[in-house]
Amino acid sequence: MKRKGVISNKNGVRLFLLTLPFLIATFIFCYMPLFGWRYAFFDYKAGFSLMDCKFVGFKHFLEPFSNAIVREDLIRVLKNTFAMSLLGILASPLPMLFAIFLSEIRLHKCRKIVQTVTTIPNFISWVLVFSLAYSLFAVDGGLVNNILKALGLSEHGINFLASQDHVWVTMWLVGIWKSLGWSAIMYISALSSVDVGMYEAAEIDGAGRFQKIWYLTIPSLLPTFFVLLLLSIANFLNNGMDQYFVFQNAMNKEHIEVLDLYVYNNGLVGNNISYSTAVGMLKSLISVTLLFMANGASKLIRHESVF
Amino acid sequence: MKKKKVTTFDIINTFIFIFLALICAFPFYYIFINTISGNDLVAKGAITFIPKDIHLNNYLEVFKIQGLFPAFFVSVARTIIGTAFSVIAASFLGYAMTKKEYWNRKFWYRFIIVTMYLNAGIIPAYINMKNLGLLNNFWVYVLPALASPFNVILAKTYIESIPDSLEESAELDGAGYLKRFFYVVFPLSKPIIATVAIFSAVQQWNSFMDTVMYMTKNNFYTLQYILYKYLNEVNTLAQMMQQNATSITNSAQLTLTPASIRFTITAVTVLPILLVYPFFQRYIVKGVMIGAVKG
Repeated sequence: MKRKGVISNKNGVRLFLLTLPFLIATFIFCYMPLFGWRYAFFDYKAGFSLMDCKFVGFKHFLEPFSNAIVREDLIRVLKNTFAMSLLGILASPLPMLFAIFLSEIRLHKCRKIVQTVTTIPNFISWVLVFSLAYSLFAVDGGLVNNILKALGLSEHGINFLASQDHVWVTMWLVGIWKSLGWSAIMYISALSSVDVGMYEAAEIDGAGRFQKIWYLTIPSLLPTFFVLLLLSIANFLNNGMDQYFVFQNAMNKEHIEVLDLYVYNNGLVGNNISYSTAVGMLKSLISVTLLFMANGASKLIRHESVF
Repeated sequence: MKKKKVTTFDIINTFIFIFLALICAFPFYYIFINTISGNDLVAKGAITFIPKDIHLNNYLEVFKIQGLFPAFFVSVARTIIGTAFSVIAASFLGYAMTKKEYWNRKFWYRFIIVTMYLNAGIIPAYINMKNLGLLNNFWVYVLPALASPFNVILAKTYIESIPDSLEESAELDGAGYLKRFFYVVFPLSKPIIATVAIFSAVQQWNSFMDTVMYMTKNNFYTLQYILYKYLNEVNTLAQMMQQNATSITNSAQLTLTPASIRFTITAVTVLPILLVYPFFQRYIVKGVMIGAVKG
């Protein structure tokens, strides 16, 4: 009995050693960056060694409080971040509705084609999305503006991409275009696991189509909806940056700069390494906290954890 | 069986979804017809719904633009190597994590999974790559693929469902972990490997911010990055194009214009996704379902 334990432990160590290269890679690319957080506590200047830089404690964390310009800038960025996230949450029932009504299409082939075509935008990069958007919506030469001008509806065309009047909505709509079909997949797969017998029973009871949707389909999808909603709340500060990076230009910069982009613009373009590390660090810590809170809420309400 | 009556709702519903599908598909179609139409018409914005003066010249000419072919090569290389790395790392780690005897399994599994949630941020990531000497280095694209926690979860969940008995007979024959993995488990995990592979391939092909951040000199630019640069610096590339393309033809219909270059680079960048996606869709959907349960 004891001998067997020794052997399996030896095997276990051997297996561990076989996977060691991947664990080291995980350490190098996921854990080592965390040591970079110490830059937030120094006055780091590019080109110098961190040893030669001054230790300043929490100075960079307090900068928004001590410096009015930084404060205003940060408030503007947070406003953008919150606006984009709120709009995203506002759109969160759309994939569920998409899935429900798509499943109401009777022609199997039509359903499959629609599903394939609407998921494709999710798999192209944001650069490509921008290129497509540019081709269609650019002020000079974009298809939509060409048509508007030809019809005499607009004299100079509408500047969809380089104007700060409707950046939030434009980014929201582009985001929906890219992700709607794909986000619906989750609900479509959840729909396939709903008990068919329930529908048959409801039919015998004389339930109509919309009654079945309201009383059977929607309640069966709500758990999925709830989990995804919690996750999107936990990701409130993480809008990602690819989308905003490629769509940003001198005209719309003020309203498109979300937190992730702000960190990039400040740190790698503006060379404010220490300050932007501090902002990024706070953002990461808040996100993790939110995630644990979301998980706790899920456990409390549904007795099931999100992750 | 009684055929259900087609109601007004059915007609409107189907119509709406066809409309949505058209909205998703039209931009791709629009790009495509602009790459094959006469370039003089494209420059005037005369191509809207139907291609005119069809030719395929652009696809040959566009690769003569300085830097485009190397970028295409870099994109292909990182997609192949990065995908291979992801597949090997995810499937072998996933396999190892199903073994109860793994040394401190719980700890090491958490060590991997935590990285999904704890993100240092882009500035520390940049500093890390810089300290590792990976700036302006091709390996910065593919080495991080060795650490992909989500794929490990996918692989582990799938491999757990393979009956132990299949591996046991190989174990009795004296095969070690590596042999059992490559000859028994790996062939049986094809569906999940396809899922991991397609996810990684799409991600590698689409990846773009890493070029922006880590390629500070003019090397290892990818197709995505060239397209981005082109969209932002139309004039710079228009000059480059004129230097390169004057000798080819005098016909206005075939001469490259900034607009036709933009359309053609876009088409070249998007085509691999459009060609591959429909065939792999079911693997992608499968991955989402496994991920939804466990992720």
